[in-house]
Amino acid sequence: MAFEPRIIGFLCNWCSYTGADLAGVSRIKSAPNVRILRTMCSGRVDPAFILKAFQLGADGVIVMGCHLGDCHYQEGNYKTIRRLPFLKRLVKDFGIDPRRLRLEWVSASEGDKFAKIVNEMTEEIRQLGPLKLTVHREIERAIAQP
Amino acid sequence: MAKPKLALYWAASCGGCEIAVLDIHEKILDVAAAFDIVFWPCAMDFKYQDVRAMEDKSIDLCLFNGSIRNSEAAEIAHMLRAKSKVVVAFGSCALEGGIPGLANLTTKEDILRVVYKDTPSTVTQNGGVYPQTHSKMKEGSIEIPELWETVKSLDQVIDVEYYVPGCPPQPEQIWAVIEHVISGRPLPPKGSILGATDKTCCDECPRDRKEKKIKQFYRPFEIQTDPNECLLDQGMVCMGPATRSGCGALCTKANMPCRGCYGPPPHIVDQGAKMVSALASVIDSTEPEEIERILDQIADPMGTFYRFSLAHSILRRVEKV
Repeated sequence: MAFEPRIIGFLCNWCSYTGADLAGVSRIKSAPNVRILRTMCSGRVDPAFILKAFQLGADGVIVMGCHLGDCHYQEGNYKTIRRLPFLKRLVKDFGIDPRRLRLEWVSASEGDKFAKIVNEMTEEIRQLGPLKLTVHREIERAIAQP
Repeated sequence: MAKPKLALYWAASCGGCEIAVLDIHEKILDVAAAFDIVFWPCAMDFKYQDVRAMEDKSIDLCLFNGSIRNSEAAEIAHMLRAKSKVVVAFGSCALEGGIPGLANLTTKEDILRVVYKDTPSTVTQNGGVYPQTHSKMKEGSIEIPELWETVKSLDQVIDVEYYVPGCPPQPEQIWAVIEHVISGRPLPPKGSILGATDKTCCDECPRDRKEKKIKQFYRPFEIQTDPNECLLDQGMVCMGPATRSGCGALCTKANMPCRGCYGPPPHIVDQGAKMVSALASVIDSTEPEEIERILDQIADPMGTFYRFSLAHSILRRVEKV
């Protein structure tokens, strides 16, 4: 079977999730590979959520939030703009291609941008191939022999 | 009535935890009076077969320090699990991999190559020889334990009742744990962390904290710090915000940033991820280029954030690239 990337998308409730919704109601076609999780703010996305996603088998993770200056909570996405580049460095140090982690700003009116980013990232991860980590094998082994 | 039986063991560790047990000083006599010590390779002459001959669940308390990184440590861990009623992962290495867990930054092959070939003091013959698990010679054959590719914490190998964090655990905390067992008071629920508190190291730190805004990070040799102000406020990468309290903030009281040895505080699974979150919140910039410049100043994030917890972190090890 051909490889289908599994991508976890953390979308902020106020802009990006609504943007994704707009893409849907506007019937813009986009890859079905991003599993969307709604968070109240991109600043709510704990780096541990992202590492956990990789641990549990995500091939890529994308975080989407409001454009800078548009945050519903004034400065949540300013935390994100520092956190994600920092986490990208750590992810790289763990031996994971940093292209597997992405940060994008998508407003509630940018349904087309949402679809474009999703398609782009899906294609990029498809090129990179499945993410294989030692921890995946260890967890599988632990489940196999309780 | 026979005294309860106590066993202590070290796997991949430095021996500091054993010293920490002796650091309870004359109270060690109370331990000897209350317990029948049946196994303690560091201090007393017992053999593996002595333990192997014991009945299952005949040891009342087993304090196990050190992480698991070879077949011998794993074998003894499984044996002590079978023989013990209560197994305590004692110290950072048993709890979360500890310093030996940093071997997960690299591979077994690289470690062996550096140690047995590349070090300048090593004289190699025939291109160098690695330790062989089985070797035969005319006098007979020798077997030595096999080194693992990945270092593991104790609870990744066997079932563990309790955890005592610290590198090493502080003597007064050790005594509190032993005293609790001696007193016969009911034991806490399985999985509890003993000898530590439920807050972060910052909670015990006497330094003054202000609203943090950091433009420049420093390494210890680059700055003369103010003895009364928060080290993180002054730009030192201090693990305090992502570390459990219980040590009494020993390092920050000695003008050094917290190393993170007590492991993550409650409800935190990954110390490094928490540290990324904490530091990202206090970096004083909203410009991507400037943020990258500030992040460049943080030396060795993996070795600093995961100094003790790499083997027990979410991703556990670095992948070979």
